[in-house]
Amino acid sequence: MAEVVPELSVHGVGVRSYGDRMPQPPAIEAINLVKHFGDKVAVDDVSFVVPQGTVLGLLGPNGAGKTTVVRMMTTLSRPTSGTARVAGHDVITEPDQVRRSMGSTGQAATVDELLTGRQNLRMIGQLYGLTTRDVKRIADELLERFSLTDAAGKIVKEYSGGMRRRLDLAASLVAVPPVLFLDEPTTGLDPRSRLELWEVLRELVKDGTTLLLTTQYLEEADRLADEIVVIDRGAVIAAGTPLQLKDSSGQAALVITVSRAEDLASAADLLRAHVNEVFVDSSARRLTAPATGLSDITRIAGVFDASTIEIDDLGLQRPSLDDVFLALTGHRAEDRIADDAASTDDAGVTT
Amino acid sequence: MTITTVKSFGAVERPQARPTTLLQQSWVLVRRNFSHIRRQPEMLMDVTIQPVMFVLLFAYVFGGSIQTNTGNYREWLLPGIMGQTMAFASFIVALGLTADLEKGIIDRFRSLPISPNAVLVGRSIAALFHSSIGILVMAMTGLLIGWRIHSSIGEAVLGFLVLVLFGFSMIWLGILVGSSMRSVEAVNGVMFTTMFPITFLANTFAPTDRMVPWLRTIAEWNPISALVQAMRLLWGNDIPVAGSAWPLRHAVPVTIGWSVLLVAIFAPLAIRAYRRRTTD
Repeated sequence: MAEVVPELSVHGVGVRSYGDRMPQPPAIEAINLVKHFGDKVAVDDVSFVVPQGTVLGLLGPNGAGKTTVVRMMTTLSRPTSGTARVAGHDVITEPDQVRRSMGSTGQAATVDELLTGRQNLRMIGQLYGLTTRDVKRIADELLERFSLTDAAGKIVKEYSGGMRRRLDLAASLVAVPPVLFLDEPTTGLDPRSRLELWEVLRELVKDGTTLLLTTQYLEEADRLADEIVVIDRGAVIAAGTPLQLKDSSGQAALVITVSRAEDLASAADLLRAHVNEVFVDSSARRLTAPATGLSDITRIAGVFDASTIEIDDLGLQRPSLDDVFLALTGHRAEDRIADDAASTDDAGVTT
Repeated sequence: MTITTVKSFGAVERPQARPTTLLQQSWVLVRRNFSHIRRQPEMLMDVTIQPVMFVLLFAYVFGGSIQTNTGNYREWLLPGIMGQTMAFASFIVALGLTADLEKGIIDRFRSLPISPNAVLVGRSIAALFHSSIGILVMAMTGLLIGWRIHSSIGEAVLGFLVLVLFGFSMIWLGILVGSSMRSVEAVNGVMFTTMFPITFLANTFAPTDRMVPWLRTIAEWNPISALVQAMRLLWGNDIPVAGSAWPLRHAVPVTIGWSVLLVAIFAPLAIRAYRRRTTD
């Protein structure tokens, strides 16, 4: 098991310069959260901080404890020890204030199948104690925003998976909460719906919402999150910005694609004169070599420019978060899906 | 269906949320149940077609061979079916609660700033409405086939009140079963195999006096029997018999006593089971 990279310590996450503005309290804080289910340690001392208006991606494989962390932060599950603060309110001592400050969407659809989309949103608005006018206005605005206006009068049972997800997200936004928790918001969505949902989430964050989302998709964390906390087997194993995480693990690689297959051998020889190691992929006419930074690119580009070898492409490839994950945990992010599908955490994934 | 043109929420002002009372919250959830029924009217079959079928079956198929004190089996039968219908309120609550607990919707409610009891109170009120529809349908059916109330208005109303009070104890039983079972199918299985025999093992459809002695004792002490006898006596659908069992001779206070006792037993168990189910 990899150690937490020291310079990316948990407490370093989210420390940002606010210039001469007053430092704002963080929107979300996890403080040594621990959760046991019987003998099983589901969450083992998880701490992190999410500054206002930013996105934290809680990344980990199935069964890592992501859902349990979110359930504790949204007052659905009581921590065995430790606590969390949402919008400055303690989840254990002030659950009601926490509930007023946040919206959340779990993995299983949390909308009423026998009500229409509009009825669902109105019901939630009424439960929040909004005025009748606000209830109607906000329900219609949200339906419009999530392109559900045409389906507003249909019962949710007749909705597609993507529509349900959107309604679910809309339901968590009824009270326009400053903090939003989404547990695997795009699980089970087709790629197109996923992209659309990402767009919606970016809009929300642009408008000032603080977002915590869990995901097992590395790409999703990479695309959406300002900071990523990687958890595995209930514990934080790394934290930092996507770039920091990528830099911390493994080297970047220099990738050269030659135009003609017959040049491949001579290109490899040429490259070997300048770097220690060269990997040759003849089927893709590609050479890969470890690189340390952009200076390598310009140097090697000059070398090839001076030669007679034509190249199609030359670039620096950073390790993907998938590589990072592998380096940190010794297994790929999606490896354990089959084993852990039935475990407490992350069970009940619906499409 | 696409959302490629995302409309910005812009600077949406946070709406003013007023504090709500438990009753207001519960009422929103009761209305949710009404919407379910409007959407799926067949949900009412258990309190409409099913008991009407029972009335007709017993009144016309078995009735001829069942001897009652008054000699008017149809009048005697009606309170029996009403008692059974109300006992099944437990069934309705259990089914609804389990269905909610099985799905993610309960997490939605629990993450809202509302009392955790609103879900239970809402379910209970909805179930009482649901069962009351059944009672109304029974009364209409009864009137059509010759059932009448022969007593004063006060006694007539008291009969219905005793019925609703008993229904209240059944709701707690329903919450207990609904919180303990893991699926709607399990609720169906458990409730059919227990509530059906319990409502039959009484004076609901036939007098107890021809049962074998041990069975007769059980039937006479069955709370359902007291309830049914209370209604019969209050509505003048039966005549008191001097030699009948003690709970049946004092049917009204016994029914009230049973109801209070059942609430005292089931309510704490039900709340504990519900809490346990909704906390992890």
